[in-house]
Amino acid sequence: MRIVAEHLTHVYNERSPFAVKALDDVSLTIEEGEFFGIIGHTGSGKSTFVQHLNALIRMPSSMKRYRKKRLKKGEAPPPATVLKVGDFDLTDKKTDFYALRKHVGMVFQYPEYQLFAETVKEDVAFGLKNFAEKGKHLTEDEIRAAVGDALAAVGLDYREVADKSPFDLSGGQKRRVAVAGVIVTKPEILILDEPAAGLDPLGKQEIMRLLHAIHGGWCKTVVIVSHDMDEIAENCTHVAVFDGGRVRYVLPPAELFRKTDELIGLGLDIPLTAKLVAALGRRGIELSCDFTTEDFIRKTLALKGGGA
Amino acid sequence: MKEVSFGQYYPVSSFVHRLDPRMKLFFLVAFIVAIFVADSFYGLAVCAFVLALVVAWSKVPVLKVFRAVRGVLFLALFTAAINLLFHTGETVYWEYGILCISKEGILFSAYLILRLFLLVICSSMLTYTTTPVSLTDGIESILTPLKWVKFPVHALALIMSIALRMIPTLMEETERIKNAQTARGANFESGNLFKRIKAFIPVLIPLLLSAFRRADELSDAMEARCYKGEKRTKYKKLQFTWRDLVVLFVIAALITGVALLRVYVGEIL
Amino acid sequence: MHAIEFRDVDFAYGEGEFRIQKLNFSVEKGEFVAILGHNGSGKSTLARLSNGILLPDAGEIRVFGTLLDEKHLYDVRSRVGVVFQNPDNQTVASVVEDDIAFGAENVGLAREEIGKRIDFALSAVGMEAYRDATVARLSGGQKQRVAIAGVLALRPDVMILDESTAMLDPKGRREIMEVVQKLNRDEGVTVLLITHFVEEALLADRALVMSKGGIVMQGAPAEIFSRGDELLAYDLTLPRIGIIAKRLREGGMSVSDTLDVEKLAEEIAGCVS
Repeated sequence: MRIVAEHLTHVYNERSPFAVKALDDVSLTIEEGEFFGIIGHTGSGKSTFVQHLNALIRMPSSMKRYRKKRLKKGEAPPPATVLKVGDFDLTDKKTDFYALRKHVGMVFQYPEYQLFAETVKEDVAFGLKNFAEKGKHLTEDEIRAAVGDALAAVGLDYREVADKSPFDLSGGQKRRVAVAGVIVTKPEILILDEPAAGLDPLGKQEIMRLLHAIHGGWCKTVVIVSHDMDEIAENCTHVAVFDGGRVRYVLPPAELFRKTDELIGLGLDIPLTAKLVAALGRRGIELSCDFTTEDFIRKTLALKGGGA
Repeated sequence: MKEVSFGQYYPVSSFVHRLDPRMKLFFLVAFIVAIFVADSFYGLAVCAFVLALVVAWSKVPVLKVFRAVRGVLFLALFTAAINLLFHTGETVYWEYGILCISKEGILFSAYLILRLFLLVICSSMLTYTTTPVSLTDGIESILTPLKWVKFPVHALALIMSIALRMIPTLMEETERIKNAQTARGANFESGNLFKRIKAFIPVLIPLLLSAFRRADELSDAMEARCYKGEKRTKYKKLQFTWRDLVVLFVIAALITGVALLRVYVGEIL
Repeated sequence: MHAIEFRDVDFAYGEGEFRIQKLNFSVEKGEFVAILGHNGSGKSTLARLSNGILLPDAGEIRVFGTLLDEKHLYDVRSRVGVVFQNPDNQTVASVVEDDIAFGAENVGLAREEIGKRIDFALSAVGMEAYRDATVARLSGGQKQRVAIAGVLALRPDVMILDESTAMLDPKGRREIMEVVQKLNRDEGVTVLLITHFVEEALLADRALVMSKGGIVMQGAPAEIFSRGDELLAYDLTLPRIGIIAKRLREGGMSVSDTLDVEKLAEEIAGCVS
C-alpha cells in the first residue's frame, strides 16, 4: 500500500483563540516497502501527520470549512486535498475506516501504557478480535497461533509470557507486548511514534533490531517518527523533515545528511557519522558515504588503502 | 496538542479580577439571596443592573457572558414551558383540558427564566474572573474556622488544587489511550449502551493505572520538596483592599434595594 | 566531609528482593557525578534513598555529615533536591509561581523570602517570563525547568536528577543540561545525574556505573566509556563513536578511544595523509 498526501492542512481548535495550524499544505508520498523516517521538533506536525494515516484525525469536513472561509471572489480554488492509503480514500466520509485501521497499525509513544488485559495473550488478542470479519468467529487455535506468532516476532516466548499479567513484565518487555498487540493483525503499514523513547541503550538496540525483522515480512512498510538521528541514518530508506507544519525535505539519508548546515539551522541534530564526515571535510578529506556506521567505516578504511 | 480549557478563566486584568476571591464568593451568595428576595420584575431589574455593572467592570466580553447561559438553555425552556402550560391565572388566552396559557403564566415563566439566567451568569462571572488556584485559596480561607473541629481544611484545599492541576493532563491522556485503542480496532461509537460501556474498559483500566502511577510519583515529588502537611506558610496571602470595600457597599445597596422593593412595591404578578 | 556518603547500604522493596546491596560511595561538595546503569540496576532507588523518600534497611547514609534518619529527615530533604523523570507528575499547582512556592511554603519561610526564592529559582532556570503561566500549557522541557526551579526554591546543596531528561526531546534535553551545568558551575550545587545519554554523562566530573544494586565501575566518564567489554557485561553499550573507533582500529587504522568527534577526525586525517 502506498501512502499519498497532497495539500494536507490541519488546524487544531479552529476558530478559537487557541487555534494552532499543525499541518500546512503537506504533500508527501511513501512508497510500499519503505522504512520511512519522519523527523522534526516537538510540535512540527509529525504526530498530527501520522495520526491522519489511520484516520484517528479526520480532516475533510474541517478542511472544507477552512477553505471556504479563505476563498475570495475571483480567486482560483486551492488545489484539492488528497489523502490516500492504498485504495482507501481518507477524504471520503464513506470510506470504511475500520478496514483501513486493520491495514495500518499504529504504535503510539510509550505504548506500554495502553495495556489493559489480565493476561498478555488477551491483550495481544484484543486487536485480532476487534478486526475479525463480522460473523466470523475465531477459534481458540487461530487466536493462539496468531498471538504466538506476534509475540515471537517481538522476541518473546508464548509459553513464557502468555499467561502472565502484562503489568508484571519489565519495561522493555511491556513495550514489546504492546507492539505485538498492534502487529498481531499483520498490518501492511506499521507506524511508530518514537518507539525507543525512554528505554535504556540495550532496550533501544533491541527495539530497532525487532523493527528490522518485522519490516518487509510482517509489515511491508514501516514509518517511524524519531528524534534519534543515528537511528534514522542507520535504518531509513527515506526521511521527511517536518518544520512548523510543513515538509522541508524528503530525501534518502545519504542525501539528507549532507545538508548539515540546513538541518542545524532548523535546530535539528545530525547523526554522528555526518558530524565525522563534516569534521573530515574541514580537514580537506572528502568522504562520501550513506551515513550508516558500516558504510562510514568501510569508506574510511578505504581512504587509508588509497592513501598508502 | 488539543486545548483543554477548564474553569473557563478569562485572563485579563480588571477591577473584578483583582478582587479578593472570598469577597467574590460572598458576593455570589449575596446575589443569590437578592434574587430570591426579589419577587418582582423591578427587583430582578435591580439585580440585573448590578450584574451588568459587574460584567462591565470585569472586561469579559458580553458575548462570552451570554454563552454561559447556553448550558442551561434547555433546562430554562423546559421549566418555562411547564409553568407556562400549568400555571393558572385570571387572564386566560388559551385552554385545553388542564393546560392553559394565561397572562400570569407568561409573566411567571419569564420571571423564572430571568432568575435562572441571572444566577448562571453571576456564577460564571466568578469562574471567568477568578483563577482556580485563587478560588481554592478563597474556599480554604473561608473554611478555616472548621479547623477547630479538626476538619482537614488545608488537605482539602491541596486536593482541590492538585485535582485542578491534573485535569488537563488526564484528559490528554484519555484522548491518547482512546486513540491507541481505536487504532487497535476498538469501537466506541456503535452498539447498545452495555456494549459501549464495555468498549470503554480498555480505556478506563490504563487510565486508572496511569492515575495511580502519577499519584505515586507526585507524592514522592511532594515529599522530596519537604511536604509534611502542617506548619506551612503561604506565599499568596489573601488581603482585602479598598476594592472589596466597594463590593461590600454594592452588596449592601443591592440587598436593601430588593428588600425595599419587596416591602413597598410587592408582587408584580 | 562528603556531600553524600553511603556506607554498606542495603535496601529491599520486599522480602529478599534486594534493589541495593552493600552500596558504598561518596560524592564531594561541588562535584558533578553521572550515574549510569541499565533499567532496574538500582539507580532510582539510590536517588530515593539519598533524600529519605526511602530509608535503608541496613547501613547508613550521611548528608554533609548528618545521619539521614527519621529525626533529621526534613533537614536532609531541604538540602538534597530530587527532580524526577515525568514532567507531568511533579507540579502541584496549576500556575508556575504557585508551584515553585510549594517547597518554600513547606519549610515555613516568610512571604518576602519565598518571593525572593521564586525570583532566584526562575532566573536560574531562565523562565522569568513564565511566572504566571499555566503549567499544563508548557513544553516538556519547560515543565522540567519548572520542576528544577521548584527544587531550587529550597536552596538545596545537592540536586539529584533521576532520568529527568528521558522523556524530553533533544531541545528540552539541551535546555535542562545547560541549566544543570550552570547551577553546578555558578552556584556550586553538587549534582548527581542519572542518565542513559552518553553526551550528558560526558559533562560530568566522574561517572559511576551501577549493576544489580551496587557500584561496579567508576572513573572519568570518557574513561568509563572506553571500557567496552565491561560495559557490555553490565548490560550497557559502547557509545556509537567508540564502536566506530574500535572498528577502525581493527581495520588497521591507529586511532585512539576518543569520544570527541573533532579529535577522531584529526586522527583519521593523520592516518590518511
